[in-house]
Amino acid sequence: MLKYLLEKEFKQILRNKFLPRMVFLMPFIALSLFPLVANFTIKNTNLSIVDNNHSPYSERLVQKICSSGYFRLTNVSSNYPDALQSIELDKADVILEIPPRFEEDLVKERKATVMISANTVNGMKGGLSSSYLVSILTDFSAEVRSEWFQSNTRLSAPSMEIIPRYSFNPQLEYKFTMIPAIMMMMLSMICGFLPALNIVGEKENGTIDQMNVTPVSKFTLILSKLIPYWVIGFIVLTICFFVAWAFYGLVSLGSYSTIYLFAAVFVLAYSGFGLVISNYAKSIQQAMFMMFFFVITFIFLSGLYTPVSSMPDWLQVFSRFSPLRYMVEVLRSVYLKGSNPIQLGGHFAALCGFAIFFNGWAVLSYRKTQ
Amino acid sequence: MKPILLIENWKLGIKKNTFLSFVRKEFRHIFRDTWTMVILLLLPVLMLILFGYAITTEVKNSKIAIFDPSKDVATEAIIRKLAASQYFSVVKMLNSQTEIDETFKKGGINLIVVFNENFNENMMHTGTAQVQLIADGSDPNSAKTIVGYASNIIAAYQQEIFKINNIPYQINPEVKLLYNPQLKGAYNFVPGVMGMILMLICAMMTSISIAREKEMGTMEILLVSPMKPIYIILSKAAPYFVLSLVNLTTILVLSVFMLGVPIAGSFVSLIVLSLVYIFVSLALGLLISSIVNSQLVALLISGMVLMLPVIMLSGLMFPIENMPVFFQWISQIIPAKWYIIGVKNIMIKGLGFSSIINELLVLGAMAVVLIGVSLKKFKIRLE
Repeated sequence: MLKYLLEKEFKQILRNKFLPRMVFLMPFIALSLFPLVANFTIKNTNLSIVDNNHSPYSERLVQKICSSGYFRLTNVSSNYPDALQSIELDKADVILEIPPRFEEDLVKERKATVMISANTVNGMKGGLSSSYLVSILTDFSAEVRSEWFQSNTRLSAPSMEIIPRYSFNPQLEYKFTMIPAIMMMMLSMICGFLPALNIVGEKENGTIDQMNVTPVSKFTLILSKLIPYWVIGFIVLTICFFVAWAFYGLVSLGSYSTIYLFAAVFVLAYSGFGLVISNYAKSIQQAMFMMFFFVITFIFLSGLYTPVSSMPDWLQVFSRFSPLRYMVEVLRSVYLKGSNPIQLGGHFAALCGFAIFFNGWAVLSYRKTQ
Repeated sequence: MKPILLIENWKLGIKKNTFLSFVRKEFRHIFRDTWTMVILLLLPVLMLILFGYAITTEVKNSKIAIFDPSKDVATEAIIRKLAASQYFSVVKMLNSQTEIDETFKKGGINLIVVFNENFNENMMHTGTAQVQLIADGSDPNSAKTIVGYASNIIAAYQQEIFKINNIPYQINPEVKLLYNPQLKGAYNFVPGVMGMILMLICAMMTSISIAREKEMGTMEILLVSPMKPIYIILSKAAPYFVLSLVNLTTILVLSVFMLGVPIAGSFVSLIVLSLVYIFVSLALGLLISSIVNSQLVALLISGMVLMLPVIMLSGLMFPIENMPVFFQWISQIIPAKWYIIGVKNIMIKGLGFSSIINELLVLGAMAVVLIGVSLKKFKIRLE
C-alpha cells in the first residue's frame, strides 16, 4: 500500500513545474549568495575628524587611527556642527573631536581630553566602533608614555602577556559561522513549508476526499506524506555540502555521516510539524501564514543570527522549544569543531523527542471525517 | 434635472455603492478567516518581541572554563575577578590541556582561560607570565567581545598589582553615543520590522487574494459585473491598506511603550513616508497578481522576489555597507531600503522633513512606475 502512495506523492512532486526546480535551485542560490550578504563584521567604519589643534601630536594621533584598519577617514570638518551633519547624512559613523589645547594639555598637564561621538542607531556597530576608537587612544597614550619613560627614567614594569586565541575559526570569518546556519535554514524552509502546503493543497483541490474513502490508515497516509520530504531533505543537504566546498572551500571537520544522521531526525521532526499545520489549516494561504509565524519564531530563537546565551533568560527557556536551535548547534559543532555524535548526545535525544511528538500529533490530528 | 445628468448620477451611484459593497466583500473574506486574521494582527507584535529581545549580542554570564596549573596568588586573584564580573561565570576547572578541545566540542563554554606554569613568579620576575584567552571562534562577534571584556579585567588587575596610579600622558576620551545612548538593538530593528510587515501585508496578501479568485474561477464572475475592472482590483487592495495602517499603529505603539524606542522626529513626516511606502507595496502586489494565476506561484514569487530581498538586502538584518558591491547595487532598487533609511532619519535621529526628501522622491517614482506597469499589464479577459 505504502509503495503506491509513495509513487503518487513522488509523481505529484515531479509533475509540478515549480517544486523540483525549487528543491535544486533554492539551496544552491541561497548558499552561494547568502554568506556574502549575511555579514555582521564591523569594518569600514567611516570617521569624521574635527582637529582644532593641528599639532604634531594630534596629527600623529589621526595617522595612527587611520592606519589601524578599522576606520576610513571620510571627511575632515572644521567644526562640530559640520561633522554632525555628516553623521545625519550617513556619511560618517564616528566623530573624533580634538580640542584646541590638546598638545598643550598633554605635554603640560599630562592629561588631555578628546571627544568621541558615535552614531548608535545600529547599537552593535556604534558601540563596537567607539570602543575600538577608545582602545586606539589608550594605545596611543601608552606609546607617548613609553617614549617619555625612555627619555626620563629607567623605570620598567614587570608584566604579563595576554594572548587571545580563537579556536575553530582563527580569522573570525563570519561566513564560516553562517554557512552551517544557512544549511539549516534551507532544510527547514524546504522540508517545512512544502509539507505544510501538501495536505491543505489536497483539501483545496478536493482530492483529499478520494484519499479519505480508501482503506489507507492514518498512519500510512502520514508516512507516505513524510518520506518524500525526507528524501528531499537529503538532496538539499547534499547540494549544500557541495556548494560550501566548491564556493567557499568549507569542508566539515567532523564526519558527514554524523550530519546526515542528525538531519534525518531533524527533517522527520520538522516535516511532521509542517503536516500538523497542514492538518489544521483550511486554505493554502492560512497554512502559509501559520507556518511563516512559527518558522520566524523558531529561526530567531535558534541562535542563528545572535547567540542564544545573549538572550534574556525567559527567552532562553523558550528557545529550548525550537527544534532549529538544536540543529544549528549540531551543524556548527560538527562543521567547525568536528564534534562527534556522542558529544552531541543531548541534541540527538531532543531532536528524537521532537520527531516523535510532531509526527504523533500529525497522525492524531488527521481527520478522515469532516 | 436633465435626464442625462440623472443617468450620470445613477451611474455614479452604482459605482459608489458597488465599490463599497466590493470592499465589504473583501473585508468579509478576511474577517471570516479567523486564523489568518489573528496571525496578521499578531505578526507585528511577535516580530517586535523577537527583534527587540532575541536579537542582541549583549554579553553577560558567559560560561568560562579555566586551566590553571600554577594555582598561586596571582592566578587565583584573576579567577576571582573574572568570576565576580557580571560578564562571566566560571563553570568548570580543567585538569589538562587535552580537555580544552573536548570542552569546546561539547559546546556550552564560550571562553577558556589558560595560565602557564609558575604564573606569579614569572610575572614578578622574568616577565614571561602568559595567560591565554581561547574563545570559541565559531561565533565571531561574541568571541571578540568576550575576549575584549576578559582582557580588560585582567589588565585592570595588572594595573592594580603594579600600583601605577598617577599615569602621565593620559588621553581621556569623552564618549557621546548619539541617538541611542543605551545601545539598544531595537532602535536599529524597529524601522526594519515596519518595512517588512508593511511589505508582507500589502504585497503578499494582495497578490495572493487576487490569485485565489483566479484559481477558484470566481475572478470571472467579478469581471462580468458592471464594475470597471480597475475598481475590482482597488477594492481588493483597500482592506489590506486598512490592515497595514492598523499594523503600523500597533508597531509604533509597541515600540514606544514596550521597547522604549521614541519617535524623535515629526509624526506627520513619518506617516507621509509610510503612506508612500504602502502605495509602493500595494502596487507591487498588484503587479505580481497580474502576472500569476495560482496561489502557490503568487506565494513563491512574493516570497522569493519580495520577502527574501527585504530581509537580506534592505539593511534590516545585515548592514548594507558590508555587502559586496554587486549586492549594494541591487539593494538600491529595493523599496524597503529607502523606507528604512527614511524611518531611521525621522524616528530615531529626529531629523526634519528635508532629510527624507530624497527617499520620498525615490519611493514616489517607484510607486508611479509600478502602478503604471501593473495597469498596463492588467488583463480584463481570462484565457
